[in-house]
Amino acid sequence: MGRVLMKGTEAIAEAAIQAGCKYFFGYPITPQNEIPEYMSAHLPEVGGVYVQAESEVASINMVLGGGATGYRVMTSSSSPGISLMSEGISYVAGCEIPAVIVNVMRAGPGLGGILPGQADYLQSTKGGGNGDYNLFVLARSTLQECVDLTQLAFDLAQKYRNPVMVAADGFMGQMMEAVEIKPSPSKDQPADPSWALGFMGERGGKRSHLHSLFLSPEPLEEHNRKLQKKYQAMKDAEQRCECYMMDDAEVLIAAYGTTARISRSAVNNLRAEGLKVGMIRPITLWPYPYEAFKKLPSTVKHILVSEMNAGQMVDDVKVATGCKYPVSFYGRMGGFAPSVGEIENECRRILGL
Amino acid sequence: MSEVKVYERPKSWMPNVSSHYCPGCGHGIAHRLVCEAIDELGIQNDTIGVAPVGCAAMIYDYMDTDYCEAPHGRAPAVATGLKTVRPDKIVYTYQGDGDLASIGMGEIIHAANRGQNITVIFINNAIYGMTGGQMAPTTLIGQRASTCPLGRDVKLNGYPIRVSELLAALPAPGYVTRVTVAQPKYIIKAKQAVKQAFQNQLDGKGFSLVEILSSCPTNWGMRPVEAFDWLVNTMMPYYPLGTFKDFD
Repeated sequence: MGRVLMKGTEAIAEAAIQAGCKYFFGYPITPQNEIPEYMSAHLPEVGGVYVQAESEVASINMVLGGGATGYRVMTSSSSPGISLMSEGISYVAGCEIPAVIVNVMRAGPGLGGILPGQADYLQSTKGGGNGDYNLFVLARSTLQECVDLTQLAFDLAQKYRNPVMVAADGFMGQMMEAVEIKPSPSKDQPADPSWALGFMGERGGKRSHLHSLFLSPEPLEEHNRKLQKKYQAMKDAEQRCECYMMDDAEVLIAAYGTTARISRSAVNNLRAEGLKVGMIRPITLWPYPYEAFKKLPSTVKHILVSEMNAGQMVDDVKVATGCKYPVSFYGRMGGFAPSVGEIENECRRILGL
Repeated sequence: MSEVKVYERPKSWMPNVSSHYCPGCGHGIAHRLVCEAIDELGIQNDTIGVAPVGCAAMIYDYMDTDYCEAPHGRAPAVATGLKTVRPDKIVYTYQGDGDLASIGMGEIIHAANRGQNITVIFINNAIYGMTGGQMAPTTLIGQRASTCPLGRDVKLNGYPIRVSELLAALPAPGYVTRVTVAQPKYIIKAKQAVKQAFQNQLDGKGFSLVEILSSCPTNWGMRPVEAFDWLVNTMMPYYPLGTFKDFD
């Protein structure tokens, strides 16, 4: 399969199939409906199964059960649906079950609207469900990256026995772009019988039980310490970030997803004018790329955060930079994205032009 | 003289483990029936259980089979995920009445309606046990509970839900039956029903649910013997025993 023109949601779905995902548990919600639709049409072709759940509450719990077998399973939803899944995501993390969850974000709060947004940044990266848990949150700014990160998501989920959220916004889901989708090298990775359910015979009669319930404080704290150790390993090994035109930048734009794509155009235009503007683009929103922020060039004087929300990433940038730089924010909400011109003007204003 | 063993713990019960259940609680009997069915069908290595939230949340401490936890009420969805990926395994849920008939009503109805080839063991003791005796969707009219201290009032709380009759109204579920562990003669029938519900799954027949009327002396405020009498004399008239569907 060479490069083909695909819609973002369909590219994500095909990428998942090419990553060896055979089981998808879905529920309709705009703007991600093409993912369950694509899966229902194409999973049977590869011997897989699409199950339409009765709710997002059920679909994430089907993912919990499916993932407990150690095979590659997935669900997708959009913001209010992810809120409903948050209980289940906490259990998936607590039981250390690999799973991939796609969130095609829309604007909130509440029902909000069906237009694109990035207002689930805090929900995705800081919790959502109860308890001390973390999940990988991957953000992409091109459809090819949607494909590549979807496949990476399955690898990370199995490697760390942890849920992975692929965070796209409605623009990424609904736009069309040329992509190349190759079968993932790990496509046929078998379940790990050392822990996965359904392998008791293979373990010589030794059972496995997956649970997050520990009624006594000692084993519960021990369980939590084990999880925290894993999260630290994830932080140490899996931070991902792109630095664009950063070397001599005076103004640095921090953005991810669609706003990073828009910011890249703004950087290009401002560079053509001779202005020293660059971009730092977190790809893993969790673990946050703190290491990259530690290595900012000495030329940086100001950081501008741009998002399709009210500034949910600003605090992370301040923490990552130890509050050494002035950090300001320019964003839009309600389904709007900042325009290239708006970001350019904001950079000029910062530069005193 | 040779020894004849007339009684032993089931093989699929965890060795050297005693349960935490109160004296007179029906869970122990129901657990044993599940273990006996698993042993007799020879499916211990191929069975995956799904635990509820409630008194039986720690069922995996007692059952020597693979086990998965579920959030409150979501066991049928978890079982659906397990069975979808591993149709070659025997997947069952074990749920109480708060779990299945209140917070999990959506999941059980839809799993049943899909005709999901799973087995559901449903314990109905007309009360929330683990949280300390609150009113359940199955609490009888006039029955006192810690959140209806004057007794269940239908004007405020509606009627106790007859889950078996409700599910039997759907076309997809194949086997729906109500039994009890109140007395030995009923336990023999309950055992047959539990085994049948697993056999149905082995035969690929589809959704099977066994509702087991059970006792909760602690939260009913009764001695164990009184509790079993109350079960027979007060619960059974509202929740009649019988098979409502059998793949007909």
